[in-house]
Amino acid sequence: MTLLSLLTPDRKADRQADRVVPPSGHTAWLTSFTAGAMAFLAVFALALSLAAGRLADRWSDALERTATVRLSAPEDQMDLQTKAVLAVLSTTPGIASSRAMTDAEQRDLLKPWFGPDLPVDALPLPRLIEVTESGAGYDGEGLRQRLAAEAPGAVLDDHTRWRRPLAVAAGRLRLLGLLSIALIGTATAAMITLAASAALAANTQVVRVLRQVGARDAYIARAFVRRFTLRAISGAAVGTVLGMIGVALLPSTDTAGSFLTGLGFQGLGWLYPLTLPPLVAVVAFAATRAAAFRKLRELT
Amino acid sequence: MIAFDNVAYSYGGGELLSEISLRLAPGSFHFLTGPSGAGKSTFLKLCYGELLPSAGRITLFDREVRSLSRDDIALTRRRIGMVQQDCQFLDHLPLAANVALPLTVAGKVSVPQDLSDLLGWVGLGQLADALPPSLSGGERQRAALARAIIIGPDVVLADEPTGNLDWEMSLRLLTLLVELNRMGKTVLIATHDLNLIRQAKAQVAARVLRISKRRVQLAGADL
Repeated sequence: MTLLSLLTPDRKADRQADRVVPPSGHTAWLTSFTAGAMAFLAVFALALSLAAGRLADRWSDALERTATVRLSAPEDQMDLQTKAVLAVLSTTPGIASSRAMTDAEQRDLLKPWFGPDLPVDALPLPRLIEVTESGAGYDGEGLRQRLAAEAPGAVLDDHTRWRRPLAVAAGRLRLLGLLSIALIGTATAAMITLAASAALAANTQVVRVLRQVGARDAYIARAFVRRFTLRAISGAAVGTVLGMIGVALLPSTDTAGSFLTGLGFQGLGWLYPLTLPPLVAVVAFAATRAAAFRKLRELT
Repeated sequence: MIAFDNVAYSYGGGELLSEISLRLAPGSFHFLTGPSGAGKSTFLKLCYGELLPSAGRITLFDREVRSLSRDDIALTRRRIGMVQQDCQFLDHLPLAANVALPLTVAGKVSVPQDLSDLLGWVGLGQLADALPPSLSGGERQRAALARAIIIGPDVVLADEPTGNLDWEMSLRLLTLLVELNRMGKTVLIATHDLNLIRQAKAQVAARVLRISKRRVQLAGADL
């Protein structure tokens, strides 16, 4: 008995086996509901995991190859020291490019905290110089020493203290999402196992009659396994569709690209939740099969 | 076909059957008698592979029952038609589907005309679509007999098949079992109805086994 053969729709033997089990029962509905609810939750866990992954990648990409030189100097020396810093950077191996940010760019960076009417000219703001690494990277300690010698007010920030905790946090969020999916799968298996065991226990007379007329355990198990697997896959399909609709209705990513508004699937990512119903079918098949044979041994 | 060699069966710490040695030859007709609780049903279950002996050796169709896997026992049961005292059916299936169940689980196709003929033979031709809970005791017994023989077993075992029937219905059922025996089937009937046994001995060369003091003995000819 394989999952594929079990789900083949036109097998006369399967249809006959289906009939020997009474058609109704709360356990069957419990299986559909459980599979649906779990698939619904799994869609969101999957969306969370994928969004966390994208966030981690974005933060890494954005910060990994960049650094910032923050230059604090008296106003009359600012231009001079800026040129000195740029000169140092242009001759430093491993640095692809560098440029001083304009006042407008600095104002944009500060806008979320201070509002759009910030009088940048009136504030003693440091000059920010954006540095982009080349593939080989640069010697950070050596650069710091050269900057200290040429422009004493310059401080190199390679974003390490920001990047590392953000990447770790995003990675753990992704892990939590995957762990949630694993837990959902395990809970689904447990619930279906309980339902299948209850169904077999409730149908002791059916099992006894089938055994009396020469039915093998595989035949009896098949009737139950097929029913529960089909219930589970249909419930999971409904739950997955509802979950995908729920994710689609979440607010779309705004310009700030915050995490919550980015919680969803993108592009081919929409295909991932479609794997959930077959996965639930595999889980239901394995769980019901194991439960059925165990229960049949107990009923000897 | 079915052979017991010094078989014993214990239940709940006590020995219910002991030192049983016998053979049911092909085409034979046996009755099994004894007081209630003597172990008649247990004996049939041993013949059927539903119970395993505590000691000794039971051979079903030349294979020692302990050596049979669960699948082997299922296949063996297809060669032994069983009519139990409390005839159990799948209550959600109509009578015809219940009678055809041995063919269904064996993956065989039941020919509608053959099924109809069989139901007619046991007098249930008009009840093919009835659900088992709506059947009387006698109808259930005859349906159980039809189910037991539909796959063409070599042996038919019946446990108190007339226990819930009136005399007329009992004779009708007995006639069916005698007919089966004449077709070459081995028949073993557990019953405490001595009148039924006398009636059968007038029609067929039946031997009577009696369970007494945990042992199976050949009963006297006065039965």
